[in-house]
Amino acid sequence: MIVIGIDIGSVAAKAYIISNGSHHRAMIPTGWSPREAGQALIDQLLDKSGLERERVERIYVTGYGRVAFEQADKTVTEIKCHARGIAELYPEVRTIIDIGGQDSKVIRIEELGQVVDFAMNDKCAAGTGRFLQVMATALGLDVSELGDAENPGQMQTISSMCTVFAESEIIGSLARGNSKGGIIAGLHQSVGKRVAAMARRMGIKEQVAFTGGVAINPGVKRALEEEIRTRIIVPEACQYTGALGAALLALENP
Amino acid sequence: MADYRQMWTDLGMDLEHHDVLCEVLPEAFGGVYLTQQDRPKGMDFYDFVVSEIHGVRPAEMLQHQEEGGKVFGTFCVYVPDEVVFAAGGIAAGLCGGSQFWVSGGEKVLPANTCSLIKASIGARLDKTCPFFLIPDIYVGENTCDGKKKAWEILAGEVPLHIIDVPQMKRDRDVAAFEAEIRDFIKVVERVTDKKITVESLGEAIKLINNKRRALQRVYNARKASPVPISGKDALLVTQINFYDDPARAAQMANNLADELEQRINNAIGVFPDKTLRIMISGTPMAIPNWKLHHIVESLGAAVVVEESCTGTRYFENLVDESATTLDEQIRALAERYMKTNCACFTPNAARIDDIIRLTDEYQVDGIIDINLQFCNLYSTESYLIKQVMKEHNIPIMHIETDYSEQDFEQLRTRVEAFLEMLRK
Ligand code: SF4
Ligand code: SF4
Repeated sequence: MIVIGIDIGSVAAKAYIISNGSHHRAMIPTGWSPREAGQALIDQLLDKSGLERERVERIYVTGYGRVAFEQADKTVTEIKCHARGIAELYPEVRTIIDIGGQDSKVIRIEELGQVVDFAMNDKCAAGTGRFLQVMATALGLDVSELGDAENPGQMQTISSMCTVFAESEIIGSLARGNSKGGIIAGLHQSVGKRVAAMARRMGIKEQVAFTGGVAINPGVKRALEEEIRTRIIVPEACQYTGALGAALLALENP
Repeated sequence: MADYRQMWTDLGMDLEHHDVLCEVLPEAFGGVYLTQQDRPKGMDFYDFVVSEIHGVRPAEMLQHQEEGGKVFGTFCVYVPDEVVFAAGGIAAGLCGGSQFWVSGGEKVLPANTCSLIKASIGARLDKTCPFFLIPDIYVGENTCDGKKKAWEILAGEVPLHIIDVPQMKRDRDVAAFEAEIRDFIKVVERVTDKKITVESLGEAIKLINNKRRALQRVYNARKASPVPISGKDALLVTQINFYDDPARAAQMANNLADELEQRINNAIGVFPDKTLRIMISGTPMAIPNWKLHHIVESLGAAVVVEESCTGTRYFENLVDESATTLDEQIRALAERYMKTNCACFTPNAARIDDIIRLTDEYQVDGIIDINLQFCNLYSTESYLIKQVMKEHNIPIMHIETDYSEQDFEQLRTRVEAFLEMLRK
């Protein structure tokens, strides 16, 4: 059977195609049209795998843009898809921390990726990729550069949780001559604190995996590990777990 | 809609600004309500009220004032409407439920104030809601800090009487509330220039009890499976009951209940069999706040009960009608109102007991516990509720939101994931 799972996030769209045991994946920026991003991914996957559209049995779609994408056979939430994806990669994981562009989530799962509880940030950008994006811009950097640019030895703690206030706080901090590396470490700390608090309220059970676009940033991983005092697994393809989960669900649940 | 522009002008409303609201509301209502399938015929009345929302009832209130009657604006279910009606007055629940009014409130209130307070203050200050301009007097209370201080800001605008609602439920607190009712009677007698008698108060107690009984019938029908009415429709009924004429409100709710009971006999529902049944607990949803109900029901689950002031807290307990003296009546009123379990009380374990009981009575599959952002009372209490529900193996999710549409997609994801979890 051939299936496709697509995860249309606010920043990047990711997809998996699974055909009889072999699989391919692809990722593109979502851009302004989730629908077009989804279509472009399908084309890329068919191209990579040399399969035809007619042979694809089912397409499941998840992520922020799922509602706009009409070609799907079914829409599933990111929460269920991340749970399923991680269960496939790391069956021992019981807590997933996912930080994406718009939101952050903590998902508690049992065997086979069964979701038992989850928490998600309320209407507030603190503790999300968006927060880091705004701060990177304020520092004149690209968000992808933050991870390697931090210097935890000179940590400048950010006291404000609110994106708007934090932005003026770091501008002030720069003006006082503090090092960028220290400020960036402080930003990572602030995201780590925020998300760790959400995780603690729900209860953390080991092992813990960290997924989503922000998981690429080793600074946030470091901060999270310090906050929850546990080693955290970051899957090699941490941005793809949602798409993988969607594809697996498409394979399993007609 | 009939032409109410003259009436609005006479009230000193900001017509230009108000027109914006008049334009968006029908569209919002159409999208949320009129797209539903198989609605009970009894909803026609409520649809009509919404279509003339700033016209038909305000006109009645103004007519009442022209004939010498008085109108009292209220903001909380602890205010005993009976007293007002006993003196021939009209009491109308005013809480603002739209983002439209929030910016008006933000001109004077701190940012970390809940939308309900911001919208209520904004509706008055911006002069874009006739209900907020008609009352001869507002009746506030000191249930939460946000409201308590907001009244001080409004005091320069409109006459206000504040009811001191106790924060605990010991015998002496019930006695204190009794004293508050006595004071309130004096205020109402002064404003209306009418004496409240055993007879008139007895009549008013029956009048309001009858409205409560009618709402209880509507809610009882929601215990059935398949459920004969959507959560959105039931919420609208309760919301309109806050300011409609109580006798008519009872009659309309009874008509609706007749129809719903008929539907139950014929096993007719508005959702397919095995639809997930959701309880919403928490802060009130003032009209036109239909956001969470709309999200839940668009995702194919049914809201079957609201543990909220725009829900069970509004009508669950009746006032004892057997009292024969004013003293006994006042005591009966105090006892009834002090049975209501709002998060402004401590300790408030009875509210958690209510939630467990309602879960059982309404065959609830999962609870969405919601509070308006910056409502410290309900958000703190949500922690305790979650603990107890976990012990009872009742699935629950907590949501904090406001009146804006910004978090609509995010809320949809959370609710959808919760439903996925319940479906397993
Ligand atoms: S939630 Fe509490 S304070 Fe608010 S209206 Fe209800 S009883 Fe009054
Ligand atoms: S929702 Fe909370 S903060 Fe707002 S008025 Fe009611 S009790 Fe006060």
